[in-house]
Amino acid sequence: MSIFIDRGTRVVVQGITGRDGSFHAKQMLEYGTCIVAGVTPGKGGQTFENQVPVFNTVADAVSATNANTSVIYVPPLFAADAIMEAADAGVGLIVAITEGVPVLDMTKVYPYVRERGARLVGPNCPGLITPGESKVGIIPGRICTPGPVGLVSRSGTLTYEVVYQLTRAGIGQTTCVGIGGDPINGTSFIDCLTAFEADPATKTVCVIGEIGGTDEQEAATFVKRHMKKPVVGFIAGQTAPPGRRMGHAGAIISGSSGTAAEKIEAFQQAGIAVAKRPVDFVQLVRERLP
Amino acid sequence: MNIHEYQAKDILRGFGVPIPPGEVATTPEEAAAIAARLGAAVVVKAQVHAGGRGKAGGVKLAKSPDEARERARAILGMTIKGLTVGKVLVTAAADIASEAYVGIILDRASKKPVFMVSAAGGIDIEDVAAQTPEKILKLPIDTRYGLLPFQAMRLAFFLYADLKQARAAAGIMQQLYSAFMQSGGSLAEINPLVVTTAGEVVALDAKMAIDDNELDRRPAIAALRDESAEAPSEVQAREANLTFIKLDGNVGCCVNGAGLAMATMDLVKYYGGEPANFLDIGGSSSPEKVVNALRIITSDSNVKAILFNIFGGITRTDDVANGIVTATRENPLTVPIVIRLTGTNEEIAMRILQENGFSASADMDEAVQRAVTLATRGNAA
Repeated sequence: MSIFIDRGTRVVVQGITGRDGSFHAKQMLEYGTCIVAGVTPGKGGQTFENQVPVFNTVADAVSATNANTSVIYVPPLFAADAIMEAADAGVGLIVAITEGVPVLDMTKVYPYVRERGARLVGPNCPGLITPGESKVGIIPGRICTPGPVGLVSRSGTLTYEVVYQLTRAGIGQTTCVGIGGDPINGTSFIDCLTAFEADPATKTVCVIGEIGGTDEQEAATFVKRHMKKPVVGFIAGQTAPPGRRMGHAGAIISGSSGTAAEKIEAFQQAGIAVAKRPVDFVQLVRERLP
Repeated sequence: MNIHEYQAKDILRGFGVPIPPGEVATTPEEAAAIAARLGAAVVVKAQVHAGGRGKAGGVKLAKSPDEARERARAILGMTIKGLTVGKVLVTAAADIASEAYVGIILDRASKKPVFMVSAAGGIDIEDVAAQTPEKILKLPIDTRYGLLPFQAMRLAFFLYADLKQARAAAGIMQQLYSAFMQSGGSLAEINPLVVTTAGEVVALDAKMAIDDNELDRRPAIAALRDESAEAPSEVQAREANLTFIKLDGNVGCCVNGAGLAMATMDLVKYYGGEPANFLDIGGSSSPEKVVNALRIITSDSNVKAILFNIFGGITRTDDVANGIVTATRENPLTVPIVIRLTGTNEEIAMRILQENGFSASADMDEAVQRAVTLATRGNAA
């Protein structure tokens, strides 16, 4: 079992002929992801790598191939439109890898996607992987292995680091989800924790947070109230210098500065075991696996 | 990107927000001339990218051009939160009857811009928020519809009972919202919004911050960047498409991804070292990015060891390896380098490094410990 993606995931790659899109589409194909279509406006009718049909629009791709998941590699100023196009075409899971999407664009995209019943992961995220079944995004496949640990993270490369340490220690994963570090993203820690709690194959969950915002504190509250499965957490940025803050609004809205210390305390109070170093996940997870 | 008060005021004036006249001076004489032109009492205000200017002595009233010259002389060149003041805004003073706060910020929790207004405006608004939150009205805005007229009136009536003032304030809310959206703002603030003794509603101070991701499609806003108000190493890094923050330690860090970069700094500290910087080379790295990163790191004389920590996903580790080889061929290193590299195209990267006389590790803890040891040894030497 897994969350969000599995063997039945049928992927359309938006931006499949671009530099990043083509490179990672090949990597996904090599991993065994079922890529059924690509989309690049103007390149409809072509075939990618002699096996994936390319369409001009997501709607065409979906009606021809029954794609149920989209992964987006288009440039930042086109990402909002690409996400909404996927939602409009009836894609259920949209994974936006693109970094640098204007936040105000996301204020329109988020409700648009939600009202169409789709789930957005990202933007500015590494995507998801269900080891041995499907990879949607850019998480290197070779660092993952199937097993009982669910992992959710705001970071990209730090996710790889922790997954790599777990895999090296022989601890596999059900699904790893990078939700992205942008201020407005489609899927929260709580969405993933809810799914992991409901997934029978997931026995322990890893949460990787960082400074800024209050998502980790909300996740901690959720863990305390709703989760029976053990959770291990980490917060990056303990040595980060306090930024020069402009204006007053940030402090008014959050009532706190989102420091690592606050988040670690919230984790500890919720009974989440806190890893001091990425490598400490190995021991803490091992102790909590049945 | 932060912009100065005078720039934010220029933007808001363009949308119709009533703001007392003012001009920017870089010398005391210019300040005196502006005060003479305005022909009234003025306020001389330091233009730096930091809050708390008033408390730091960077905002002073002047009743004559001579006084404006002296105030400007004192403020120009002073340091506020580590930033040197190079410009002052000289603006007509207002007779204030009441001060309110109006702000918009992009809010992670509601995933919308949120308006915040309070009749208890002024410099201690954070305390108001913490101690008497009922004195602040927060209103999330659906950007698909914009600020609706009834919402603007609701915000305005929270500040003013007088209908004429409330209508004026509602108009200003609309103008502020338009300026925020059309500038690609992440923050826009009027503090204080005042009612003058003559009963007019005017904005006396303004702050705006722009989402960096907006700048490519808003060249006029991007042109407002004042590089003289930023740290030179941070300007250099931005031009090279890197995120860089200088710190005080001696282990120069070059990492891909903000989360891993922070975790690397944390680990340097964990093993008894001090990071010299935060440096994120981002995704889609090219060899040139790495060359620029090394140039920035080695220009800091505190750096006694360089630590690369690269976990390739969208970043190809062979690009990074090529960058290290190119950079060190052009400018041989004078301090030791420790390379940790794994992920996408790792085999190619390792081969490139080995062929060029570098050793690389795949283990983060091992690499960090080694870099800390080398930096400590370098310090002792």
